[in-house]
Amino acid sequence: MQSNLKKTGVDTENKYLISKSIDDFFGGIYNVSVFIIRFFREAFSAPVEWKEIINQCYQVGYQSLALVSLTGFITGIVFTKQSRPSLSAFGANSWLPSLVTIAIIRALAPLITSLIAAGKVGSNMGAELGSMKVTEQIDAMEVSATNPFKFLVVTRITAITLMMPILILYTGLVGMMGAYLNVHQNESTSFLGFVASAFKSIVFIDIFSSIFKATCYGFTIGVAGCYQGYYAQNGTQGVGRAANMAVVLSMFLIFIEEMIIVQVVNGFR
Amino acid sequence: MENIEIDNQELVISIKDLKKSFGNLNVLNGINIDVLKGENIAILGRSGSGKSVLIKIISGLLKPDSGLVKVLGQEVDKITEKELQALRMKIGFSFQSSALYDSMSVRENLEFPLVRNKRELNEKEVNEAIESVLDDVGLSQTINQMPSELSGGQKKRIGIARTLILKPEIMLYDEPTSGLDPITCIEINNLILKVQQQYKTSSIIITHDLTCAKITANKVAILLDGKFLTIGNFKEVFSSNDANVKAFHDYNFIEKNENTEK
Ligand SMILES: Nc1ncnc2c1ncn2[C@@H]1O[C@H](COP(=O)(O)OP(=O)(O)OP(=O)(O)O)[C@@H](O)[C@H]1O
Ligand SMILES: [Mg+2]
Repeated sequence: MQSNLKKTGVDTENKYLISKSIDDFFGGIYNVSVFIIRFFREAFSAPVEWKEIINQCYQVGYQSLALVSLTGFITGIVFTKQSRPSLSAFGANSWLPSLVTIAIIRALAPLITSLIAAGKVGSNMGAELGSMKVTEQIDAMEVSATNPFKFLVVTRITAITLMMPILILYTGLVGMMGAYLNVHQNESTSFLGFVASAFKSIVFIDIFSSIFKATCYGFTIGVAGCYQGYYAQNGTQGVGRAANMAVVLSMFLIFIEEMIIVQVVNGFR
Repeated sequence: MENIEIDNQELVISIKDLKKSFGNLNVLNGINIDVLKGENIAILGRSGSGKSVLIKIISGLLKPDSGLVKVLGQEVDKITEKELQALRMKIGFSFQSSALYDSMSVRENLEFPLVRNKRELNEKEVNEAIESVLDDVGLSQTINQMPSELSGGQKKRIGIARTLILKPEIMLYDEPTSGLDPITCIEINNLILKVQQQYKTSSIIITHDLTCAKITANKVAILLDGKFLTIGNFKEVFSSNDANVKAFHDYNFIEKNENTEK
């Protein structure tokens, strides 16, 4: 079909290119959907690879802990520092703890953590599975009658989906410590005072929506990373591409999900 | 070790008019071959002639475009996922690149297929099975090493051990001796013969190495332009005057002379 169209001239060739990229786009969506359905089918069928799931949870935590700690803490300090002048203008410095808490718990912690996880964990999944694919290790699992999808993909997606809420709550806490440090320096608020006014402003739906977001983002990173890696092609170049695409795709999807979830949650508020 | 004589007629692999292409590239174009029980067949052919594709089709990693591929009485491309799993337990596949799991130690590599396919085994039986195949390939001392710490020949042998641990009926070797020195080649050749006798396997051995084909195989097949040019025993095939067959023979022959002169 390709060769037929090419013969009929430049015009059709361009049309063909456009229709090809549309084909690729919808083909991609179809393939990812099949991938996700396969995940759910195999995640809930025995036997479960518990040992590997725990190992992967540890990997996710280990890979991102240092970076989210640092970023969370600094974001807490900087955000507080930068918000102070505008509140001071209204003489509303005492509102600082609640403002900062709302910002961190509702928006900053989920976004920062998931973007960092996309960069560290997602790219790692893409690269690791990608190199296993191109060095035929995945084929080797398949021909030895074991299930590579279950061992490699299901465990990784499960692990990051479970770990993201924990990581996000952790980042939130670290961020608030940063904020407290800054508030304490400037307004010499006591720790208990800070905590009291911080938590007055937070309601259940804030925590709940953060955890819900975390789960979605974790799943997104896992699917993007594993999908790119599992279907990597063309040798080392393909591995690099898989790692790269894993990050790009998951960041893109996380922002879209963020917009949708914020709209929905605000509807409930 | 001597080639064993095959006198039964039981087919383990039967391929009729197999075709496979990738896009515009016709790789396999009417393959016909039968493998008898207990028999070793060597497949020779130029790089890119589709040898790896052929054994990937036999093990169900790739789907044929048309033709019949019967392995142990089942058509690999028509059976269900479950049946394919069961069939694959009886097929050992030694990869061209060894394909050891490089995040796992040698022990974990061997354990991986075993504990997932034979869940009834206890820890002691698993350890015994691992030690026994490692002993068969002569690499007991590497049990706790990582694949990155092994030489190419050791990797090949661990790869073979990993497939032997499931006690396969069919072995598919993809270039078992490529990139190895002559002495290691002899070791691998002997291992292939030992596997044939001890595990009673039927094998397809893909190779460029005529010595390997001569020592290990009961029959030799030459793949050219997506078809088998000839299939027969080593002498029959290489007494032919066909230029393509001669090219293979002469290259190896000359190389052998050079090696012995050194
Ligand atoms: N998955 C694939 N997609 C597209 N083309 C492929 C694929 N696998 C193999 N090919 C093509 O099929 C042809 C045969 O490949 P194959 O790996 O079987 O060669 P080979 O005979 O094993 O060569 P070598 O001796 O170098 O290993 C090659 O031209 C290769 O480009
Ligand atoms: Mg090959």
